[in-house]
Amino acid sequence: MSAVVPGLAPADIERAATSPATTALTGSAPPYALELKDVRKSFGKTEIIRGASLAVNAGERVAVIGPNGAGKSTLFNLVSGRFAPTSGEVLLNGQRIDGKRPFEINRLGLSRSFQITNIFPKLSVFENLRCGVLWSLGYRYTFLKFLADLDDANERAEELLEMIKLDKKRDVLATNLTYAEQRALEIGITIAGGAGVILLDEPTAGMSKSETRRFIELIKEVTVGKTLLTVEHDMGVVFGLADKIAVVVYGEVIAFDRPDAVRSNQRVQEAYLGSHVADAQAGAR
Amino acid sequence: MNAVIDETSRAVPSARGAAHHAPGHYYEFRPYNIGRWIVWGLFALLLAVAPMVFTSSLSHTMLSQMGIAIVVCLSYNMLLGQGGMLSFGHAVYSGLGSFLAIHTLNLVSKGSLPIPVSLVPIVGGVSGALFAVLLGWVTTKKAATPFAMITLGIGELVWAMSLMFPEFFGGEGGVSGNRVTGSQPLGITFGPQIQLYYLIAVYTFICTALMFAFTRTPLGRMLNAVRDNPERVEFVGYDTQKVRYIAFIIAAFFAGISGGLAALNFEIVTSEVVSGPRSGAYLLFTFLGGATFFFGPIIGGILMVIAFVLLSELTKAWLLYMGLVFLFMVMYAPGGIASLIMMNLRVASFGRLRELWVSYLALAFTALIVLLGAAAMIEMVYHLKLNAALGPELKFLGINLDAHGLNSWFGSAFVMLTGLGLFELARRHFVRHWGEIQEFIEKEIKRREAL
Repeated sequence: MSAVVPGLAPADIERAATSPATTALTGSAPPYALELKDVRKSFGKTEIIRGASLAVNAGERVAVIGPNGAGKSTLFNLVSGRFAPTSGEVLLNGQRIDGKRPFEINRLGLSRSFQITNIFPKLSVFENLRCGVLWSLGYRYTFLKFLADLDDANERAEELLEMIKLDKKRDVLATNLTYAEQRALEIGITIAGGAGVILLDEPTAGMSKSETRRFIELIKEVTVGKTLLTVEHDMGVVFGLADKIAVVVYGEVIAFDRPDAVRSNQRVQEAYLGSHVADAQAGAR
Repeated sequence: MNAVIDETSRAVPSARGAAHHAPGHYYEFRPYNIGRWIVWGLFALLLAVAPMVFTSSLSHTMLSQMGIAIVVCLSYNMLLGQGGMLSFGHAVYSGLGSFLAIHTLNLVSKGSLPIPVSLVPIVGGVSGALFAVLLGWVTTKKAATPFAMITLGIGELVWAMSLMFPEFFGGEGGVSGNRVTGSQPLGITFGPQIQLYYLIAVYTFICTALMFAFTRTPLGRMLNAVRDNPERVEFVGYDTQKVRYIAFIIAAFFAGISGGLAALNFEIVTSEVVSGPRSGAYLLFTFLGGATFFFGPIIGGILMVIAFVLLSELTKAWLLYMGLVFLFMVMYAPGGIASLIMMNLRVASFGRLRELWVSYLALAFTALIVLLGAAAMIEMVYHLKLNAALGPELKFLGINLDAHGLNSWFGSAFVMLTGLGLFELARRHFVRHWGEIQEFIEKEIKRREAL
């Protein structure tokens, strides 16, 4: 049965953010979970990302904010391998990943979700999650084993079902779920492989206020102990969720700091936040 | 190192054992699925008794061809239904399998290769797979439309080659062989058609079972995922091209087996077996049978033989009729016959099928009238074009028609138009009724969920 991949209990799937091998490379200081060094991306003559730098410690929750068209999603696409950066470096746990294909980056322990729901519509919820689990458990391209016999993959998929609270919809086709349920499934697939670094691109896009609040709780629950980067527009959510905030304006990270520091950052206020901060503060009072 | 591995492999099962004792919390693997055993048992039984029920030599020939067609349509559906790969060149792999098989058979006849004839189809399978290893990498580099176009290109390439290398492809006459050769254990010579039929039946059963098993494996499931959303697959760690490539090779393996069986069955292989029309036929009948269900292509394979053997005897215009059927299927039932069956089973499971009988009868009857009128005109055109020397009179279903006479034309047109009007009435009624039943089922499902 699964003897080919011994020792791959769910605990081991969680590729630790700092593995001994990568620490050894950079000496005593553990590397950042995710680091961007002067990343640039041009489409034709237009430079969309203009020298973005960022260094995220393992276990941090980072909210990426910025006005529409600032390049937040593009940044995620560069990190996750959807596009290759024109120049600059992206490091995952100290290892260069820029220019690698998405599946290679995923195997190194980075997983992402999408702004526009990106699931397997004609597979059941359970199958969706199991597809997210298979590679991380070492099943690769095998066709000599039955899925039903892969106890570890099935158990992990069932666990995920409960985590994202879709256990009642186990055998429903993903296309028949409600929008909010599809968003939850999107997150479920993203965390299924147990990646240490999670990128969520507007996970609450298109949700109502109350749905958003519940959903943020869910995200907090399922990303415990992981490094999280999320694009979010709701400022109340941002200040509640994030340890740190990265402000992206015109393809640059103009500030990356703790929420209160970002809130009082002169440059951020000038460039973008202004009214939002006032709103958020007014809301807090 | 070894000690570590041993320890973990010992530790894992015990942990799993513990998990299973936790009350109803984890996935439980059920090893016996009785329904499935019954279905497969019936399939085997059907394959075994079919030639005893249909005893004429024509039916034995047709049954043999059906087995071959079932295997190749199922293999094609690995690409189309399970992987979303619309191939226009699947005959390349079944066809090259046929050629390698017939050459192998000839080597056996010459005594230079000591393998039993019953294993020749496997040679076909292996060579199909090898050609897929060779050509498949380029083919599967892209998905969707580019994939379809590459398959078309490779199909043309191999077809052109078949004309250029008569040593291998046998030129116009093809390559012929003789299956009564080699060792003959238990006196099985495969000379009589019935003996060959049972060989084909065994292969059909095993291949069908293996291809079904494939849908239940990690690669099989990831192939569905690649069909649904290739982009997301890349973000869960899989190289989509590799998934497609491996599936493509496996599909070509089974196509090659079917080609090998065909070589044994016909004892002659012409370059027509690698041609575009042959690939098109696989596509057409797999689609007709139903690409969205595993068993759809089985229906497709059976229909293919019926069309090729019986319909082509019945009328010269059979390709035209097939085209029309295909057209209507794509427009009104894109899930093929299998999906029609499954939809009606769903209605039946909610106890609402019985009330549809009248509608179905009306639909069938009016459609028949349309067909009668249309067919009369089609046959007259064909008669004028092909049998002009025989004069304008022809017999159609026992009625004398005059292809030059206004009466015949007006009569047929009248029948067709009347049928069309009645059919439309019946159709509207049916659509309303069907929609109402579907609504009822949706509500019923919601209600049961709420319980």
